[in-house]
Amino acid sequence: MSNDASILEVSSVHKSFTSGSRTVQVLDNIDFKVRAGSSVAIVGPSGSGKTTLLGLCAGLDRPSEGSIALTNVILDRLTEDEMAQIRNRDVGFIFQNFQLIPTLTAEENVMIPLELQGKKNARSTAKDLLDRVGLGDRTTHYPSQLSGGEQQRVAIARAFSNEPKILFADEPTGNLDEETGQSVEHLLFEINREKGTTLVLVTHDIELAEKTDKIIRLKGGKVVEIKEKSQELSFNTAADG
Amino acid sequence: MDKKISIEPAKYSKSWPWKMAWRDSRKSRGKLLLFIASISLGIAAMVGITSFRENLLKEIDGQAQELVGSDVRITGGRDLPDSLLQSFKEMTGDYSRENFFASMVMFTESKGTRLVQVRALEGAYPYYGSIETEPAEAAIRLQEDRFALVDQKMMIQYNAQVGDSLQVGNLTFQIIGAIKGVPGSTDVSSSISPIVYIPFQYVEPTGLIQKGSRINYVHYFQFDPAIDTANRWGKAAKHTESKGFDVETVEEEKNETGEDFQNLSNFLELVAFTALLLGCLGVASSIYVYSKSKVQSVAVLRCLGMRSNQAVGVYLIQVTLFGFIGAFIGSLLGLVIHMYLPAIVKDFLPIDLDPTPYWPALGVGIMIGVIISLLFGLLSLIGLRKISPLSAIRLGFNDQRFQFDKLLIPIVGGILLFIFTSVYWQIQSLSDSLVFSGILVGSLAFLWAIGKGVSWLMRKLLPENLKYVWRQGFSNLYRPNNQTVILITALGLGTAFLATLYFMQDILVERVSLSAAGNRPNTILFDIQSSQHEGLKDLTEAYDLPIVQDVPVVTMRLLEVKGFTKDEAFNDSTVSISDWAYSREYRVTYRDSLIDSETIVEGDWIPEIRNDSIYISISQNFKDNLDVELGDELVFNVQGALLKVYVGSFREIDWRRVQTNFLVLFPAGVLERAPQFHVIVTRIDEMNQSVRYQQEVVSQFPNVSIIDLELILKTLEDVLGKVAFVIQFMAFFSIGTGIIVMISSIILSKFQRVRENVLLRTIGASRKQLWTITLAEYFFLGSLGALSGIILAGLFSTLLATFLFEFTFIPDPVQILIVFALVTSLTVLIGLLNSRSVLRESPMEVLRREG
Repeated sequence: MSNDASILEVSSVHKSFTSGSRTVQVLDNIDFKVRAGSSVAIVGPSGSGKTTLLGLCAGLDRPSEGSIALTNVILDRLTEDEMAQIRNRDVGFIFQNFQLIPTLTAEENVMIPLELQGKKNARSTAKDLLDRVGLGDRTTHYPSQLSGGEQQRVAIARAFSNEPKILFADEPTGNLDEETGQSVEHLLFEINREKGTTLVLVTHDIELAEKTDKIIRLKGGKVVEIKEKSQELSFNTAADG
Repeated sequence: MDKKISIEPAKYSKSWPWKMAWRDSRKSRGKLLLFIASISLGIAAMVGITSFRENLLKEIDGQAQELVGSDVRITGGRDLPDSLLQSFKEMTGDYSRENFFASMVMFTESKGTRLVQVRALEGAYPYYGSIETEPAEAAIRLQEDRFALVDQKMMIQYNAQVGDSLQVGNLTFQIIGAIKGVPGSTDVSSSISPIVYIPFQYVEPTGLIQKGSRINYVHYFQFDPAIDTANRWGKAAKHTESKGFDVETVEEEKNETGEDFQNLSNFLELVAFTALLLGCLGVASSIYVYSKSKVQSVAVLRCLGMRSNQAVGVYLIQVTLFGFIGAFIGSLLGLVIHMYLPAIVKDFLPIDLDPTPYWPALGVGIMIGVIISLLFGLLSLIGLRKISPLSAIRLGFNDQRFQFDKLLIPIVGGILLFIFTSVYWQIQSLSDSLVFSGILVGSLAFLWAIGKGVSWLMRKLLPENLKYVWRQGFSNLYRPNNQTVILITALGLGTAFLATLYFMQDILVERVSLSAAGNRPNTILFDIQSSQHEGLKDLTEAYDLPIVQDVPVVTMRLLEVKGFTKDEAFNDSTVSISDWAYSREYRVTYRDSLIDSETIVEGDWIPEIRNDSIYISISQNFKDNLDVELGDELVFNVQGALLKVYVGSFREIDWRRVQTNFLVLFPAGVLERAPQFHVIVTRIDEMNQSVRYQQEVVSQFPNVSIIDLELILKTLEDVLGKVAFVIQFMAFFSIGTGIIVMISSIILSKFQRVRENVLLRTIGASRKQLWTITLAEYFFLGSLGALSGIILAGLFSTLLATFLFEFTFIPDPVQILIVFALVTSLTVLIGLLNSRSVLRESPMEVLRREG
């Protein structure tokens, strides 16, 4: 399984939750790799385990079985704080509901990852990034004073502020209208290309998924299809397995 | 998968959490204001009281000589023997003497009579301070002629003027001044026992010093620095005290007064501390809701790489900073309060108090505020450690999951230690602190259990067929983010505290009122000489008044107990007879039967001389002082004649009744021929009759004193009114804090409820329905909080009544109803007022504002 170009390796991952006396299997024997600098979309119907898989890949949760290596670090050997450190150093996030800290201004929201790293020029970097996403004049606005599209652009600026190696996006346009969604989408891919960041996104939007290099389709907690643009190849993980 | 792990620790600057805390607080300051307010009042009360106490002790120190009026005061139940007087005179520069005793006086113009404390003075006393009079020079002129100085309030009460006459015993004095203040005396003490000064030389002619009269003989000495007393003083004082006199120096008086006021300030401080503890609940509840509102932000920050402890750190900084601000504001307010406290308690102070700020109290107040914020804030904030970053992508991931954190143990331990240490710091007694802390913690646990129990019962028992609005209102008591426990605890503790004060005040008044109820006697005449006995009985019968009791009284002293004289008992470590048992004067009666206030608890009542032996009965309460058992031998000195008696029985006595009761009861046939005086007990129902009868008694028998229960009741009500005022002033802080905690709990729960109320309105709930839902919730919370508090107050009152006042506490349903109605309606009112914005405005307006 070793591949130097892989930034994310998911090996035989299972995830189950216990609710009372019932155990629910959310993910079942998931295997895939993501090359550094590529973009991947995880698609599937509601309840198929997309968000759970994203959480596991990003080090927000631990698998019940199997292993995940992110930026060459096996996550299941790390403590919570070490995982937090990995996220701060190597990972960026974009959420469906933007998840800006409501009590901080746009600029301060973007500064957080940099300040957590102890970067001294956090404010000027944040300003530049907000300029880049077209919000140079809204730096002192609070999230509640921004529209949905503007909030997601702030979130994109925040996600790229620590120059992450990999960016996880959970339905990044899910809460936006079509026009705003497309503009945000465009911005996301554009900056991603500029920075050479790996992009893993969860989406229902097939058009958006089609723009990535690889599409992983989930159904009932299993990978039912992995489609790579270069190979245009479809196969079932069970067969692969 | 042999991957190399290289995790560098975070490098962010140390100032970043502070910056983050500050930035984040900008939009949350409204909520944090509630938190500030919760502790400010409690801290204010504490700082105010501590400053006041320090001022008071300092002033007592500085004005100690004015408290006594001299350097040394010697008091005794008999005059100081010449030899002793001479030895003290040799060691001092000047001396004055005073006899004081209770006696009836009559204002000649108005014919008003009153039992007063007559002080017959000779000499230049007071050497320090002054007897303040109106006009000012009256005190100096007192001894020039047959003049009197009379308590100013009593003069106003009896409409007397300077220049009027006052009959004291057989003599009439001209009132030349109204007394405004006497060294060491307070407004309260002078209203209980008003003072009348007369010149010493007229004591004998008044005829008031007769057999059985209880006279106090006082000598005041002023030191002369030129006289060296170093070797002689201690010896003389000790010798004098061994003769049964009380030798009081300025230093001793200072300590005693300091101790008295230490008790007052301890009480006030405990009241303040209770207010502070209510504030702590406010802090805990505010931070609980605040931390809930931060769950999503923490989850995002965790996604972005913040460690769990760093997240707690950011909010802990906020809480500490706002705690500091709250404590600082509270401390400043406390200093303002302390400027006004002397005016509030002036009736109880024997000295003038000029308030000056006591800065250490400010420091302690701030420190306590910060500690409270940290400890009670941490209770909720440590929950943030368990927030999973997954909550950022899965809304509600962390909701409803209680995860026990090991850190809770040291935090709860810290809170208990804080409570105990604070109480100990205030009352300086280990056992009392343990009891008080135990009661506080027990009460909190009781209220917490009630809150939890109600939530649980509501969930289990709420009837399905209840009308929707009521079901919705009641179900708010157990649904997520409910405020049931915190509101019931805050309301319950506040109610318990206030209701206990209310019940206690009532117990004290009722205790005296009951004594006068029904056909029980209400007037006692004492110091009746044998020659006056028949005459007074005739007078009483002429007024158609019943003679409920006619009791002879013989005075005597105790010489030996079980063969031990006073000195022998003192020198024998195996004997524990109290010194006081030997030195006191016994007032004893004799009869052939017991009366209804007496019950034999040990031995047999032997009503006559048996086998040439005299068996007496002793009060059960006095048994320990005498260290005697049945059959033990006692020798009394009955005005020169020695009388050997044996302990025949021990009696329990109901001292609350208005009648004569005696520690020592002799059988009939022993003391009949001993010199004696009499006490007559009667009942007078009409006020006019009482006034006329008293005037007649004072005219015909000026040495006879009258205790009028009506007057005692009035005086007690007056004094209790003053005490109540001080308590109510302090209780204000508890009520204030309680209301703030209640408001903050309700406002915070409003934040929780706003979305669902808006949703209900959106889907068509009418305003009336929303009002009813809110009313149901707060009515139930208010009534339950009030009820829990009343139960606790009943328990506290029963304990206090049983152990402190020795009285059975019977709750008054009307009082309970008043407290219940007040607390419940206040809760409902505040609840509805706070919810009115949600109920009145359009859903869109509310959503836009509340975000």
